[in-house]
This record gives sequence, C-alpha cells and structure tokens, in this order.
Amino acid sequence: MLQRFRENKSWQGTFLALPTTIWLFVLLVIPLFLTLIISFGQRSPDGDVIFSFSLNNYTRLFGYSTDCPEGQASCFDPLYVNILWRSLTLAFNTTFIVILLAYPLAYFIARAAPKQRNMFLFMVLIPLWTNFVIRVYAWMMLLRKEGAINAVIGWVAHLLHIPFTPLEMLYTPSAVLVGMVYEFLPFMILPIYTSLEKIDNSLYEAAADLGANAVRTFLRVTLPLSMPGVVAGTILVFIPVMGTFIVSDILGGRQVILVGNLIQRQFLDARDPTFGSAASLILMVLTLIVTFFYTRKFGFGEEIVAA
Amino acid sequence: MNPHKRSPFVIATAVLVYVFLYAPIVGLILYSFNASRANVTFEGFITQTSSRVVMDGSMVVSSPCGAFHWFCDLSKNDDVLEAAGNTLSIAFTATIIATIIGTMAALALQRYDFKIKPVSQLFLYIPIVIPEIVMGIGALTLFSQTFGWLNDVLHLTGDSRLSLGLATVTVSHIAFMVPFVTLVVQARLQGFDKSFEEAAMDLGANEWITFWRVTFPSILPGVLSGGLLAFTLSLDDFVITFFTNGPGSTTLPIYVYGLLRRIITPQVNALSTVWISIVFLAVLLLQWLQNREEKPKHE
Repeated sequence: MLQRFRENKSWQGTFLALPTTIWLFVLLVIPLFLTLIISFGQRSPDGDVIFSFSLNNYTRLFGYSTDCPEGQASCFDPLYVNILWRSLTLAFNTTFIVILLAYPLAYFIARAAPKQRNMFLFMVLIPLWTNFVIRVYAWMMLLRKEGAINAVIGWVAHLLHIPFTPLEMLYTPSAVLVGMVYEFLPFMILPIYTSLEKIDNSLYEAAADLGANAVRTFLRVTLPLSMPGVVAGTILVFIPVMGTFIVSDILGGRQVILVGNLIQRQFLDARDPTFGSAASLILMVLTLIVTFFYTRKFGFGEEIVAA
Repeated sequence: MNPHKRSPFVIATAVLVYVFLYAPIVGLILYSFNASRANVTFEGFITQTSSRVVMDGSMVVSSPCGAFHWFCDLSKNDDVLEAAGNTLSIAFTATIIATIIGTMAALALQRYDFKIKPVSQLFLYIPIVIPEIVMGIGALTLFSQTFGWLNDVLHLTGDSRLSLGLATVTVSHIAFMVPFVTLVVQARLQGFDKSFEEAAMDLGANEWITFWRVTFPSILPGVLSGGLLAFTLSLDDFVITFFTNGPGSTTLPIYVYGLLRRIITPQVNALSTVWISIVFLAVLLLQWLQNREEKPKHE
C-alpha cells in the first residue's frame, strides 16, 4: 500500500492538494451556495430565514416595490438601483484616479538608482501595512470641520485677508472618494512598479537610437509593456472598492450608502439575511462581469502576485 | 542616455503622492500627543509630569507619563490588551495552518498531475476575484445555519451552545489566506532548477530526503514570505473578522472601528501610533533580510 502510494504521482498530488481544496470547499464554495439558496428565501417576523423559492428579493433590488403612493399596486423604487449604480461609478472613479496617481510614482521608483529604489518602495509599504481602519480614521480627523485641512486653508485665507468659513468635507461623496483612493493607492503602485522594473534598459536605448523622443518612447515602449501591472492593479483596486463598507460608513456617514453598507445593514441592523444575500450575489456578479471583460481585453497579469 | 533621468513632472507628482500618503499618518501620530481629551483640535503637548493626572476641564495639564500620557492610558485599557491578544493568537494559528497547507497545494499544483487539479486551481482563485464582504457573509451564514441546526439536534444549552468566536474567525482567516501563500510559493517553485533534485536522486537520496535537503531549503524564502504575507493579511483583516467574530473574540481593527462610532479620545491615536511603529519596524526588518539575501547575487 505504502509502496504503491510512493509510486503513484497522481495520488501524491491529490494528497498534497486535498487539505486546501477541502478547506476552500467548506468555507468558500458551500457558503456561496448557501447564500444563493437563502437569497430565494424569505424573512420570518423574528429575523430568521424561511426557505422557499421566491424572487422577491431580486425584484425588490431592481426597483419593484409594492409600497407605493396613490394606491398603485406596484411601482418603480430606484433606491437600490441607485445604490448599485453609485457603487459602480465610485469603483470606476477610484480606480481611474488611483491609476493617475500611482503611475508617475511607480515610474519614479522604477527609474531611481537601485539603492534609493528600496527606500522609496519601503515608503509605499508603510501606509499599505498600516491598518485599514486606522487609515480611514486618519482621514476622518483631517476632513473634519475643525480638522487639519480646514485649519491650513483657514490660515492661508487669513494671511491673504480672505474671509473663510470652514468647509463641510466629512460625510460627503467626495470624502468617500478620497478615502477610497487613499486606501487602495498602494495596491496599484506595487504591480505597476513590478512591470516597469522588468523593462530592459536596452529597449529605451534602442528607442532613443531610432530617434524617438521621450514622449514617443513612453507611449510606444513604456506604457504598453507596463499594461500587465495596470491590469493587475485595477483588479486589486476595483474588486475591494466595490465591496468595502468601512470607508463609506466612517467618511460618508448616512449620506453615502454603497452596496457594502446595504449588505452589512441587512445582516446586522435590518436583520433580513435573505435580502442581504441577494444583494451580495448581485455584487459578486457585477464584479465578476467587470473583471471578466477587463481581463479578456487586457489579459491576466502575473503581477497580481507582487502585491 | 542616463536610465535614471526623470522629468521634473514625474518628480513633482511623486513628491505630491508621497505627501498624500504620509500627511494622514503624520497627523494621526501628532494627535496621539494631544493635551486635549476631546481631541477635536490639537491643543499642544502635555508638558508637565506629576505623580497623578491633573486635568483642567478636558485638558490634561500633567501626567505621570508626561507627553506620553495617552500611551500609558492605553496600556491600562484591558479591552485593548484583550483585543491585541486575540488578534495575535488568530494571526499565529491561522498563519501556521495556512502556510503548511498552502505550501503543500503549491507543490501539488506545480509538480503533479491529478484528477482534482482544475478544481483546486479554481477554488484558489475565488478569494482573489470575489469581494471580501461576500466571503464574510457567506461564512457567517454557514456558521449560523450549521450552529443553529447542531444546537437544536444535540440539545445544547447555555455555555455549551456553539457560537461565533475565536475558532470561527481563525478558520475563516485560513480560507482567505491560503491562496496568497500558494501563489507566492508557486512563483518560487517556478524558478527552481530541477537538476539539483535529479543530482540528489542520482547520488542515492530518496524522494523524502531530496525534498527536505534540497527542495525545501531552496523554496524556504518563498514559504517564509508567503507566511509573512498571510500573517499581515490576518492582522489587518476587518471585513471577514467583522462577520465571523462573536463575544470575546474582538480583534484590534474591530475594536478601533467600534470606538470610531463613539467618542474618540487621543487613546485611539496612541493605539494607531503604536501600530504604525510596529509596522515600520517589521517592514524595516523585512527589507534588511531581503537585502542580505540579495547581496551575494550582485557581488
């Protein structure tokens, strides 16, 4: 028996992969199926799940409402569609701004002398490793009415003798956008840096020899070769932004509600796990669709490991 | 052409992005020395020391620890100490298990062909392409449904009832950490020269000895960095923990989140400062280790 195991490569492979496969099956695959089953269920009056097959949660999510004015039997309620749309646009905007900020910095680090390069990378890792919740809190302090940003603007205004009333920055959509950009910026810098660093210097020399100027070299050599990094970074930024609820919770207050907040409240405050499950499946499908089309267009870079 | 030449535009943007990355952190650290308990504006440092804390309204005039008043205050906070203990014990347990089974999976995927290989590969991609909140509520649903059912079937009452706690958090952490360990170790295995193993076998070593004396030492850096990545992911995790923790299993991120919704004293900043300092030292240590490892290659 033992002899046969030692000679059978297929058994050995199965044995090595089995613990991980079972673990992921129990904690990821089964829960996804449970979520699917529960999303068709209904909420009992005391917040439990009644298993049934009803599409009520999904129709409600896409705007079907029976709670209408003027005695209508049903009408369109855009509440949840708006939340989905807001989350999608926020995720796109965040990703776009993050690319704009991360690319120059990644380029700067990749072109630095090797000795300095480590230090510059080190400086990206510190904010990345600082806890997510702590980083949101830092922005809460900066954006408050009495916070540092208002203090600095007020001070400049005072120097210029301009009257200034502190801005209400916290609990606005912009505050959430800034928070998201800050949270996920390092996840874009690292993969772009990794793909830029791989570019052979001789390619730049060749481009220069062939008479390309700096802009042309960038557009024809650097940018195409760094695309795998941008793609990996986009996946690392877009997916978590879609599902995060702390940033909007702390910096958006009750003003900015995203899918993440909706799901969280269904599970904790509103106590309707069936509706929360439906919302989280829609969230999953949305992110998978976007990721699928995006990676099919640009390919799935191995730079994803770098971060 | 000088490869290290950068345009002023690139340098200016890089400086601005670094300022953007660090301004919030510097502010956070500064406020942890705030004399004002209300912590709304920075009211200066605590300049005097005395045998006991002297307050003037919401201002701390003097403290046994002087400027470090909030850090001393923090060290007496039992909730923080308990949360820190939970965070570390979850991270250690989860890292050890995830690193072992993740490394095994990496070896299997890189070296062997077997029936369930496509399935294993597919499962490993799930945590990367699915928002964390979906995994979090999935785990919560799994635990609440099975625990509810088991409690009924086994007639468990009182303390023996199954409920969310350290175990559910740890088990869920392992699930989202394993894929990262596997990816990192696989990357290391790809660069590994198989001829070393063949040489060992030719010299009469069996597979077991070859693995421990040749393969394992060369993938060890990959295993260690995979483990370290897993450890930091666990320490940092908020979402999965948020949905799978129960009474008595609060971690530091959950604790801080709870505070943010109530009154915030500079104690939260002191806690953040301690956290950032630990991160700083850890990254420094990691860089130093990497530099030491890379040196012989360059020289």
